[in-house]
Amino acid sequence: MIEKDFNTQAFESRSQCCDPQTQIETRDLTLSYKGKPAFKNINLTINRGCITAVVGPSGCGKTSFLNCLNRLSDLMPHCEVSGEVLFDSKNIHEKKYDVGLLRRRVGMIFQKPNPFPLSIKKNLLFPLKEHGVRDPKEAEAIMEQVLMHVGLWNEVKDRLDAAALSLSGGQQQRLCIARALALKPEVLLMDEPCSALDPISGSKVEGLITQLQGAYTIVIVTHNLAQAKRIANFAALFWFQEEAGVLVEQGTALQIFDSSKNEITRAYIQGVRG
Amino acid sequence: MNKKPQLQDRFLTLLVYGSVISVSWVLFLVLFDICVTGGGSLNLEFLFSEPTSAGRTGGIAPILMSTLFILLITMMVSLPLGLGSAILLSEFSSEEKLFGRLVRRSLDVLAGVPSICFGLFGNAFFCKRLGLGFSILSGGLTLACMVLPILIRSTEEGFRSVPKEYRLSAAALGLSRISTLWHLLLPAAIPGFLVGFVLGVGRALAETAALIFTSGYVDRFPRSLMDSGRALSIHIYDLSMNISGGDENAYRSAFVLVVLLLVINFSASWVSERWLKRKIVLS
Repeated sequence: MIEKDFNTQAFESRSQCCDPQTQIETRDLTLSYKGKPAFKNINLTINRGCITAVVGPSGCGKTSFLNCLNRLSDLMPHCEVSGEVLFDSKNIHEKKYDVGLLRRRVGMIFQKPNPFPLSIKKNLLFPLKEHGVRDPKEAEAIMEQVLMHVGLWNEVKDRLDAAALSLSGGQQQRLCIARALALKPEVLLMDEPCSALDPISGSKVEGLITQLQGAYTIVIVTHNLAQAKRIANFAALFWFQEEAGVLVEQGTALQIFDSSKNEITRAYIQGVRG
Repeated sequence: MNKKPQLQDRFLTLLVYGSVISVSWVLFLVLFDICVTGGGSLNLEFLFSEPTSAGRTGGIAPILMSTLFILLITMMVSLPLGLGSAILLSEFSSEEKLFGRLVRRSLDVLAGVPSICFGLFGNAFFCKRLGLGFSILSGGLTLACMVLPILIRSTEEGFRSVPKEYRLSAAALGLSRISTLWHLLLPAAIPGFLVGFVLGVGRALAETAALIFTSGYVDRFPRSLMDSGRALSIHIYDLSMNISGGDENAYRSAFVLVVLLLVINFSASWVSERWLKRKIVLS
């Protein structure tokens, strides 16, 4: 069962998105903390059903950028966002946009696995109930389905009432992915989802991400260039310019990682800078 | 290694142990005295009969009843208000905003105000202005005012100690603030709330100054909440200071007070632990 999670063909089959359709588009997106910009004027296109990797050195605003895509930036104190994020052609940063619905449609996976301090079962059922799945049978069916989907069902089916925090780090992260998937999102934002895990758990999660390609639009922030190269269809490189993050280059993963014309990108990919 | 640090280490160890022993020695002495003198001669009749001869003889039944009523009113008023204020302070007002800073500073000042001031305030406001007179209700409300600052601050600390990740991940799942609060934050903040409750009950049960002016010291059974009633701590004070030959019953009452405090504290932590286990699965 577990071996299935390792997707060794990911590298060969990564350029499947041959007819990309735009799902999310940012226009002149700028975010500042206390008036100091974290990143400036980002114009990035994210395609439906594809994996887009956002790479770049630490502190150049990648995570903050991700937070703008589901308006988690609303919760950050002293944070100001300008510009537009068009999700299916509608600007999500407009005041009247339904944030609850947006966050159901755009799921998020954090760097550190963060299941709730509840049982495994409740971790999945509680958000479902909040989003209107009142029938327990239906909710449990969804639970089983998503746990199977993330390859966790066989590991936890006999102890669904055990604490989610008693699972290993990798299992917790897959549970968090299952929790996000249960709400049937269209987009998944992943903020270095493997970096807090040991290599084996990390590769399981990575295998899972490649399986999700096609069914979900995935934006993944990662420091692991080899991983980005293995799984991404598209890539975007963030860099510092005047103490703020800027988008240096975007394109298909092949363009960015193998044949970039940009000097900064080439230096970063080859490990000379960054 | 040279000898000097070792000597310093020993001296410091001695100092630390010494201070712990000297503090707990006093507490132990007080408890020992109360248990031996008060607990030794205690019988059930003392708990269930009325005081006679100004409390020199007889029991403390009406006083126990008044005490429990005062405590009940104090808690019924202060627990919901305290919880609500703590939620406002920790979840809906940032630490830097003027409003939050002002409220917090006022609470810290209020927590240090001598209880006699609360007594005078209660007398002027509840007894006279609101016309509640010397009553159990006035006493309970005055104590609620006194307990609230401690309760709010420790409950707020409880909420603040809940990891920020829970709030973020709940928000990222599109959960409303209310259900995040109810299902995740509240259960996790219960330990802080409990600390506040225990400190509050302790302060309320031990209070005399604030109650003399508000609930009075009539030692018969209260017929309603508007009736005056004598709290246990006032009874002890009265017996030991004003009534000659009341020492024996003062000791017994003090023993009952200590036991009451312990029973309330233990049952509070028992109930909250059970609730916590049902609501939250930590590991």
